[in-house]
Amino acid sequence: MTEPAGQALAAVAALGPLAGSLPVDLPTLWVVVVFAFLGTFLFLDGFDFGAGALFALRRDEAERERILAAIGPFWDGNEVWLVVFGGGLFAAFPPLYAALFSRHYLLLFAVLGALICRGLAPEFYEQREDDAWRRWWGRAFVVGSVATPFLLGIFVGNWLLGTTVTAAPETVLVGLALVALTVVTGGAFLALKTDGALAAAARTWGLRALAAFLPLTVAVLLALAARPTVRDALFAPFPLALVAATVAVGGGYALAIRRGRDLIAFLAAGGLTYALVALVAALLYPTLDPATGLTAAEAAISPLALRLLTLSAALLVPLVCAYFAILYSTFSGPVEAEGY
Amino acid sequence: MVDPVIASRLQFALTTIVHIIFPVMSMGLAPFLIYFTWKSIRSSDPLWERQRRFWTHIFAISFVVGTVTGLVLEFEFGTNFAAFSTFAGELFGGPLAVEGMMAFFLEATFLGVFVFGREKVGDALYMVSAVAVGLGTWLSAVWVLVANSWMQTPRGYELARESGQPVVTLVDPVAAYLNPRFPWMFVHMQSAAVLSVALFMAGVAAYFVYRSSGGERENGTDGDDTGADASVTAPADANAAADTAADDDARFWRTTLKIALVVLLLTAPFQVVHGDSYGRHVAETQPQKFAAMEALYETEGPAALHLIAIPTDPSAFTDPRAENLWTVDIPAMASVLASGGDPSHTVQGLDEFEGSPPVAIVFWAFRAMVLLGFWFVGLAAWAAYRWRRGDLFADRHLHRALMASAPLGFVAVETGWIVTEVGRQPWVVQGLLRTEDGVSPGLTGAEATLTLAGFALVYAALLGGYGYVVRRLILAGPPDVESAGSTSSASPTDPNAESAAPKVTGDD
Repeated sequence: MTEPAGQALAAVAALGPLAGSLPVDLPTLWVVVVFAFLGTFLFLDGFDFGAGALFALRRDEAERERILAAIGPFWDGNEVWLVVFGGGLFAAFPPLYAALFSRHYLLLFAVLGALICRGLAPEFYEQREDDAWRRWWGRAFVVGSVATPFLLGIFVGNWLLGTTVTAAPETVLVGLALVALTVVTGGAFLALKTDGALAAAARTWGLRALAAFLPLTVAVLLALAARPTVRDALFAPFPLALVAATVAVGGGYALAIRRGRDLIAFLAAGGLTYALVALVAALLYPTLDPATGLTAAEAAISPLALRLLTLSAALLVPLVCAYFAILYSTFSGPVEAEGY
Repeated sequence: MVDPVIASRLQFALTTIVHIIFPVMSMGLAPFLIYFTWKSIRSSDPLWERQRRFWTHIFAISFVVGTVTGLVLEFEFGTNFAAFSTFAGELFGGPLAVEGMMAFFLEATFLGVFVFGREKVGDALYMVSAVAVGLGTWLSAVWVLVANSWMQTPRGYELARESGQPVVTLVDPVAAYLNPRFPWMFVHMQSAAVLSVALFMAGVAAYFVYRSSGGERENGTDGDDTGADASVTAPADANAAADTAADDDARFWRTTLKIALVVLLLTAPFQVVHGDSYGRHVAETQPQKFAAMEALYETEGPAALHLIAIPTDPSAFTDPRAENLWTVDIPAMASVLASGGDPSHTVQGLDEFEGSPPVAIVFWAFRAMVLLGFWFVGLAAWAAYRWRRGDLFADRHLHRALMASAPLGFVAVETGWIVTEVGRQPWVVQGLLRTEDGVSPGLTGAEATLTLAGFALVYAALLGGYGYVVRRLILAGPPDVESAGSTSSASPTDPNAESAAPKVTGDD
């Protein structure tokens, strides 16, 4: 190893203790960070998934191309939030990552299959113009877009309830709620990015999805309240505040959509997503794996490694936000079928 | 039903072998794309904008496939190798998380700008996005190789126990992440990626040069090699337009061929020289792997280099203590390679180690890689000779050789990784954790077999689909660019590749 590089790294490592002087302990901070990554993924890639669901509901070829064009520049960046969610979970809480991912083995490979479909389909769709080709890749795109949030919802539900089987009735409800939520987000996104009949349909479906999401959420909450292990955690101030916020933000979404304030509706959909993820985190914490009772403190890596990871994230996440600001402002306007 | 350990290992082998193709393509194309972007901004010649767009298409599809196949690998550490992840997560997970935050976001966000944003952003930001995408692909390699090299030469850790389980804890980040193997691996890998893509580009360009010069030479200017450098004098005459388009395409491919050959000439010899030193480093730090690479079963004073080694008893292919080898040797050469020149240097044989990698795989993969490495040097020398002679575009044997060699860089990368990863066996982390002990304890044979079969099917389709799309993109040829100063910085009016109608950008 070269000396200057070694010294520089040693200096960086020495900065680590600064992170130790934060008001929260680092394992808790990393619970927040990891769930923030998950929430950002479900919000941002959520509009891509929702756009995929709406793709199924529109038959006009120009509209379909416009839907693909609308998410074209964004979806790859959005999906990286899933990569860093997995990476963050692995890096900060290796035993949790190992236990959770190996326990839900088939489910996670189904998620991967759905993501492969969703990622490749738009690329292939645009390679050829003939009907059969586009019909099949269009289907693959829709299946991937709907199955990914559904399966991820089951995964998150299983995680929260400590379920060891592939899926339970309650966790299927979480999956359905998540699919509805992506359509809420995707509807607002397409309303924002398009106009005419497509935007009108996007608003209509956004509202319908909201009308499905809220009862599904209530059903999930009732199922949770029926579980003695989760009930106590649920009837606490913070989770109840999140539930109240969900209802209020949902109302705000409906109002904004009706008035054509699409950007506000889009942000409200983000609020719904973050509230849902925060609820999951709040119900878990301080345990991280209800199936084994593993807590965040037990699962976390050693203090030195965690400080280094915290420092890396503190330096890099602001940069990442800047990249997204550049990307989203570059393609801020409405989209045509040919692209931005 | 396959044993879960075997199925997990096969699945990881399959998914990495398929995945690596796509990062190699994007890492190798990155410097070319940065160059083409720079030229297209600085030059009014539409050639460069065409180059940029053509290769950007191939880059973009490779990137997408690389994204989805890369996510599979990340998940597999948890799903299939939970015991490894628990044991080594503290050292191994960090680099992967940092890869995501530092590299992957950079690539994926600026790729959106780079692929879709030519009309939307100014030249400066466009150039920044090209560099950001390229930098992202290379930084991604840095962190993946930091993680992988730590598994080859683990440093900076302490063995500990957590609730009865052995784990490694980080004690010296600098020693761990700048471990001895990392610089070797990074240089070798990045050079290999650029070399592979240069070969690929040269092969594609050679195909078009070969095809356009098929039969008798109808066009007098086709034979000389001034095409790429001479500026095109656009004929005013309208009925010459078709000829001009064909001339433009010919010039396009000749330029591609020349650029690719320059890069090949630089990287191919470098890779051989670097590989030789890398081999010495492996002999010092992973003697067991070196012994497998050379099929040295017993420690020897002057150790001969086996050019060929075949067990006379077929069962010995899997037996590390095999003694009856039929070999073709260069006396003392293995000693020379391991020590950097000392023919009497003692090389440790496999008999000194507990457990051994499957020698035949490592030995033959290594030979295939080395042979390919020398072939690339020969090919580069042949092309350079023809170029100097002025008949680069006339030697049809050379064109055929280049076409046949287009995928061989990727083959060399695969064989190199097989040497690296199989050669480390039976360890997943050298000397610390055996691969069989890294597999998820709760995994059943049925689950593992199901996903292995699933990947075999899905990845066959994925490779077929990728090959189909890339072939289509290549055969479609370079995209047309509006001429007459279309790439001048004052009026970026070039339409996005698929779009027919250039639009006014209203919101920036």
